[in-house]
Formats: sequence, structure tokens, C-alpha cells
Amino acid sequence: MRARGIPRRWAWAAIAFLLGSLLVGLGIGPVPLRAGPIAESALSHLPLLHVHSPLSAPQEAILWQLRAPRVVLGALVGGMLAVAGSAYQGVFRNPLADPYLLGVAAGAGLGATLAIDYAGGTRELVPLAAFLGATASVACAYVLGRTVGGMRTTASLVLAGVTIAAFMTAAQTFVQQQRQQSLREVYAWLLGGLSTASWHDCILAGPYVVASATVILLHRRLLDVLSVGDDEAASLGIDVGRVRLVLVIAATVGTAAAVAVSGLIGFVGIIVPHTVRLLVSTSYRAVVPLAFVVGGGFLVLTDVLARTVLAPSELPIGVVTAFLGAPFFALVLRTTRVGR
Amino acid sequence: MSAIALHEVSVTLGQTEAVRRVSASVARGEWLTLIGPNGAGKTTILRALAGLVSFTGAIELEGRALRTSSRRQIARRIALVPQKPETPGALTVAEYVLLGRTPHIGYLATESRADERAAAAALERLVLSEFADRPLDSLSGGELQRVVLARAIAQDASILLLDEPTTALDLGRQQHVLELVDDLREEGGLTVVAALHDLTLAAQYADRLLLLDAGRVIGDGSARDVLDEERIGALYDAKVRVVREEREIFVLPERRR
Repeated sequence: MRARGIPRRWAWAAIAFLLGSLLVGLGIGPVPLRAGPIAESALSHLPLLHVHSPLSAPQEAILWQLRAPRVVLGALVGGMLAVAGSAYQGVFRNPLADPYLLGVAAGAGLGATLAIDYAGGTRELVPLAAFLGATASVACAYVLGRTVGGMRTTASLVLAGVTIAAFMTAAQTFVQQQRQQSLREVYAWLLGGLSTASWHDCILAGPYVVASATVILLHRRLLDVLSVGDDEAASLGIDVGRVRLVLVIAATVGTAAAVAVSGLIGFVGIIVPHTVRLLVSTSYRAVVPLAFVVGGGFLVLTDVLARTVLAPSELPIGVVTAFLGAPFFALVLRTTRVGR
Repeated sequence: MSAIALHEVSVTLGQTEAVRRVSASVARGEWLTLIGPNGAGKTTILRALAGLVSFTGAIELEGRALRTSSRRQIARRIALVPQKPETPGALTVAEYVLLGRTPHIGYLATESRADERAAAAALERLVLSEFADRPLDSLSGGELQRVVLARAIAQDASILLLDEPTTALDLGRQQHVLELVDDLREEGGLTVVAALHDLTLAAQYADRLLLLDAGRVIGDGSARDVLDEERIGALYDAKVRVVREEREIFVLPERRR
């Protein structure tokens, strides 16, 4: 007798989905590339294999300097948002919790707007400012929630998050309206996107994403324990407050890093974990790892649509995640057993 | 050494003193049942024993102060079956019962073979093996109550706290559950502290009754000593008859007019 982990066929399906998405993301664009040459080119970059890339120099540059960082960043950001969403849903035992619940989005928005408006012409400070704004706003929410609610309930923490988010959003709007000339740029950042993705962004966000996702993954069994409520989890020997703090920190740092390099991308953190729950299992042993893989693939695919539908101009990716995700999610809801 | 000792334990919830200077002890293998009207402090005492509310005074579990024990140490000694357990509908019976092994599993570790065996044994003991793969939301109230008990048994603690374990059950299921607990107690030397509303069941299954009123102990002893018709009637503001037969004692409600 054992707890269900990830059923093998679902594990393979999720990995195939991610790999397929990556190939589509690398191949589709104004200069189409097929899977075979992409694979050969990839092998040619490995030492000792002596494989020759069939691609021309411009094709090589498009593949490795434009598309590859973009799909890698998409996979990292999508995976992180989906994992953080599952963690928040487990910690708050609330199916509507998303990674932005405690004010990450509002804080990042304020940080980014300040950096765009006041850091002169340079944009290099935007990710750092967004990251700091996001983490600071969750820290404020946590301290506020703790002082008013004593951590007895998660409701006080959620309310504190709503309060801080409202304040940060007001401040952000105030700063934004003062500088009309950068309105368009601020707006573009808020809508989120991967159009400026570079290897530099991957290196910036990657370590945080990997560390945060790993911490959450290691807590997958404890997330299941939390599902019986604070009291019963405590009577099973869990220090609920500490587990919640560790998970909130991990989810916040990971989300802040993702948001810092991609702006505010909505919906992934809710739709991906729930799709896994409805199709595979509600146990976090399955939800956390599958959400990372599927979330990554999902965001890469939506990004392909975002840059092809209105080519040569790009749609904000958040529009696509919702436009594509909502009907798909409705379909999943309809075709699976209700009440699970 | 007694399994549980309470010295002058008081618990304040918000503005109200829910438990006032309660002292009592429970011997190893004994079954103590807490009785008293709604709000008398039964649940709060159980929660204090499980380390879930802060208290003044002292509680010792098997000679060790509760206050200086870690959550995990408490959970290895005490298993609590709450009155309204959270039973996430999509979890399977096996997964739910495995949660009971939490105090024996390292912080970030997963279940070992030994944990899986212990959970399987608990399921078998409560005749639930065939339900292992069923989701909790497909079970009846009686089955669910047995599953919650199985989780507590899988916890492998020497003290079992039961908060109104029979409320949702029909007459037969009530007896089944309490007989089962009594069997477990005889087999494994389990110490049982229960809170019960049904005074007849309380008399039938406990070695000793602790009668509570407004957080205070007002009676401590055998069912024959504690269940006095006049006292129970006055305390519960109810019209009752206490029928004393040779081996058993029954508390029966009567119409007021």
C-alpha cells in the first residue's frame, strides 16, 4: 500500500508535452526551422561529437541568440508560476489562490514603474526593482498578517495581502500618471511578455527558479498533510506556521524572479495546477512536479501564439494565456468528474 | 507513573476561561470519558492535551512535560480524532491513513516501507483494506469515521483522544466504533480519553467519568458515583431518569410534561 505518486504514463505525457513545446518554440517564426536541423545544430555545439550544423550562420544566430533563450525563459517562468500557484493553493487551502495572492504583482509593478520612470534611460535596473518590490510587498503582508491574526488563520494573511496589494497598486498608478511619456512602456511591462528575453535573463532568474521550485518540491508530502487543516496537521506533529513561512518564502522568491524578467503573466498559476488535479491527482506529490513541467510547456506554446498571431507585431502573452487557457480549462472542468 | 497528569490546568479562549484549574490523572490503559453540557470544556481539555491551545498549569504525558515537548514528540504520544475531521474528498483512504505516519517521517522525507506496513496494518485492523484505493468522498459516514480512526491508529501513539466520535453515527455504528476502541485498548494497552454527549454510552465504555461544568471538574469517579439523577438533571437542565441495573447503568431522557 502506498501513496499515489505520478502515474508513469502522465509523467511521460508531461515530458513529451514540454519537449514538443520547446521544439515548436524553437522552430516557428519568420524563419522556420525544422526539428531535424535544430537537433543537429544542438549536437554540433557539444564537444567530441564532430556533428556539423546544417544551419547557416544567420539561422544559427536566430536559433541560439533569439529563440533558445526565449523558450528557456518561457519554460522557467511558466514552470515557476505553476509551481508557486500550487504551493499557494496548498498553503492557503484555497483553490483560487494564485502566485500574486500576497501582493507580488502589485509590488513588482511599483518597483518596475519606479525604475522605468526614475532610473534615467537605463532599463537594467527594472528586473532588480521589480524583484525587490515583489518580495518587499509580501514581507509587509506577512508581518501585517502576523500582527493582526497571530497566524491562527490564513484569512488574516490573505487580507493583509489584499491590503498591501491595494496600497502598492495605488502608489504604482500615482507614479505612472505623473510621467505620461513612459505610460506605454510601463503598460507593456505590466502586461508581461518574453519579447526581450536573453540568456542574461535566464541567468538572472534561473537560479532563483530552480532553488524555489526545489524547496516546494521537497515539501510536496507536507502540502498533503496541510490539506487536513492547521489543527490536524499540528496534531500530526507539523509546525504549521513554520512550514507555511518556508513555502511562502520559496513561492514568493521564485515568483518575484519570474516576474522580474517577464512582467506580470496571469492565469498560469491557477489553470495549470488545476488541470493537473483534474486530470491526474490532487496529491501534491503529483501536482507540484507535473505543474512545473506542464506550466513550462504551456507558457512556451502561448508565447509562440503571442508572437505569430499578429506577426510581425506581438500580443501581450497574458492575453494569450487567458484567451487560450480559459476555454481549455472550461473544457477540462466539463469533461472531468465534478466534485473532486 | 500515569499516562496523563493534569495539574491545575486553565485555558483562556478569547475573553472566556474555558477550563479552570482542572487536575486529573489517567492511568496507563485506562479509559476516561469527559462528560458535561455544551461549553463545559470537554473539547478544550482534549485540545490542550494535544498541545493545540496554550494553557497555564502543567500537563505531563508519560512523565514528560507537554510544554517542553516538540510537536513531533507530542504527536508520537498522542493521537487526536477531532469532532469534525477534515477529510479532503479526493484523497484515497490509503493516502489519508498514511498521513497518520507523519510524526515518524523526517521533515522532508517520504514514507518508508515500515510506514506503509504500519498504515496497511491499521487499515486491516479496522477492516478497511478493500477501501484502500477509494476516494474519501465516496464513503458513508460510518466508513469515514473508521477511516479517521485508522489514521489515528497508524500514528502509533500510546494515548488516543476521541472528541465525540459517535455523533454522526447510527446506533449500531456507535457501538461498533466504541467496541473497536475498547478492543484496541485491550490489545495494545492504549490509554483513551474521550468526550461524549451520550451518557449511557459514556457509562458503558469508560472506566472513569470526569464530569465538567463551566470548565470545572464537579465529579470524578465511576459511572455509578457520577451519574446521579438529580445532579445530571439539574446540570443539563433536562428531565432524565437514571436506571441502575446490576451490571449497567442507563441515562434516559423523559418528556417534560
